[in-house]
Amino acid sequence: MFDFISDYDNPTLLGAFWMTVKLTFFSGIGSLVWGTLLAAMRVSPVPLMRGFGTAYVNIVRNIPLTVIIIFTSLGLADIFGVTMGSKVFETRDFRLAILGLVAYTAAFVCEAIRSGINTVPLGQAEAARAMGLSFSQTLRHIVLPQAFRSVIGPLANVLIALTKNTTVAAAIGVAEAAYLMKEMIENEAQTLLIGAIFAFGFVVLTLPTGLFLGWLSKRLAVKR
Amino acid sequence: MSSVLYDAPGPRAKRRNVLFSVIFFLLLALLVWWAWKTLDDKGQLEWALWKPFTQSEAWTTYLLPGLADTLKAAALAMVIALPLGALFGIARLSDHRWVRVSAGAVVEFFRAIPVLLLMLFANEFYARSTDVSTADRPLYAVVTGLVLYNASVLAEVVRAGILALPKGQTEAAYAIGLRKGQTMSSILLPQAVTAMLPAIVSQLVVIVKDTALGGVMIGFTELLNTRSTLAAFYANVIPSFIVVAVIYIILNFILTSFAGWLEKRLRRSKRSTGAVLGKEKVDDINAAEVGGTFGTGAGGSI
Repeated sequence: MFDFISDYDNPTLLGAFWMTVKLTFFSGIGSLVWGTLLAAMRVSPVPLMRGFGTAYVNIVRNIPLTVIIIFTSLGLADIFGVTMGSKVFETRDFRLAILGLVAYTAAFVCEAIRSGINTVPLGQAEAARAMGLSFSQTLRHIVLPQAFRSVIGPLANVLIALTKNTTVAAAIGVAEAAYLMKEMIENEAQTLLIGAIFAFGFVVLTLPTGLFLGWLSKRLAVKR
Repeated sequence: MSSVLYDAPGPRAKRRNVLFSVIFFLLLALLVWWAWKTLDDKGQLEWALWKPFTQSEAWTTYLLPGLADTLKAAALAMVIALPLGALFGIARLSDHRWVRVSAGAVVEFFRAIPVLLLMLFANEFYARSTDVSTADRPLYAVVTGLVLYNASVLAEVVRAGILALPKGQTEAAYAIGLRKGQTMSSILLPQAVTAMLPAIVSQLVVIVKDTALGGVMIGFTELLNTRSTLAAFYANVIPSFIVVAVIYIILNFILTSFAGWLEKRLRRSKRSTGAVLGKEKVDDINAAEVGGTFGTGAGGSI
């Protein structure tokens, strides 16, 4: 019944899911960094940065991820010549997919962190200012550490959504789970079985993440 | 809000802000200049590539039919997913444990799976087990995938909508002798649906964005798919991408604004119980409220 799985070696079933994990991991880190920067811009005293942050979030959130991913390949790579330092197509497309995922997910990370900043009581920032801390000191030492603890839940949601969104990378030929599933399901007779295998794979990926981060968010929540 | 994080700028802060503005502006300008120059070098800025969008042919042959398919799939998905979602949402509030648990399992399962997997599966399933014509199959598959995912999200919206109503509504209904079913259908559900309207409209944005997946992966002729046909015909990759992105942005912006307007209106209205599920709520539900309902937290789409 499961014989057909060993017929596929580029990628193998485990290899495809490993690719999904890698995409999630690198895009997760990238979008956390870029999203935090965007959030800092959106609350900064410099009007131009605020405007850029707002515009970025509102534009990127309203474009389908599929459009962004396809654009990284057809637009960024083919026209702009952004090859992400690799001439090998596999590596190039993998990195481009991460770039697209980061660009898209960061908008949601930014909004999550911004809502976290709003949950920090006014007195905290006021006390920080009263001590003479500057904007970036207030943000780095007082506000963001508290904000992060209260947004672990929402950020975990973004991470889980990101895990599922990595399937879009199949659109530019990155050999991850959805890519292999498309190949298998078109060539093999066991439609239901293949569907179940891949569904199970994603449940296995998202379930522990959700449980662990849900536990962590309860544990680290700032008690008020 | 932003004013809490920093004082009203004094002379030094003003100078610093100007400095940062200038640096940031230069960085942005550099980026724009690079993009502009590359496009110019590659000939993507030539008027010939942009001209089609000022003429009717590009719109009537490619973009408008694509947009129509996008909207058709989104509308169908929403119309089918809504009653299904209501059914599962109510089932999750059932007094009978087995109904509650099995409905919960179904909802959590479909929220944990990428919509693309559901579409691929539906596409193959229709090809093998039904006689849906090859031309219709992509639409069927896209709508099926979207319905399965969004019904489970809407189930959570319905559940949250009903739970958001004041308890007095149920108690009053029982006090005048209504049964459970009557309470649900004539007291709770109508009010919950009103409270949910903004959340439902916000969910349409997610649906519209997800239709694009079907265009690339299973050949559904929606906007992104017709874009590639158009770009092949006019050889205008960048212009076509920009135009299509702008169409998506405008469409989704209208939906988001409409949801915001509805939410504000409902909050103002005196006749309601004041329970409103806004945009923020639907973001949470889409993202599955980690550690929420079943403690699985394996949902989420953004």
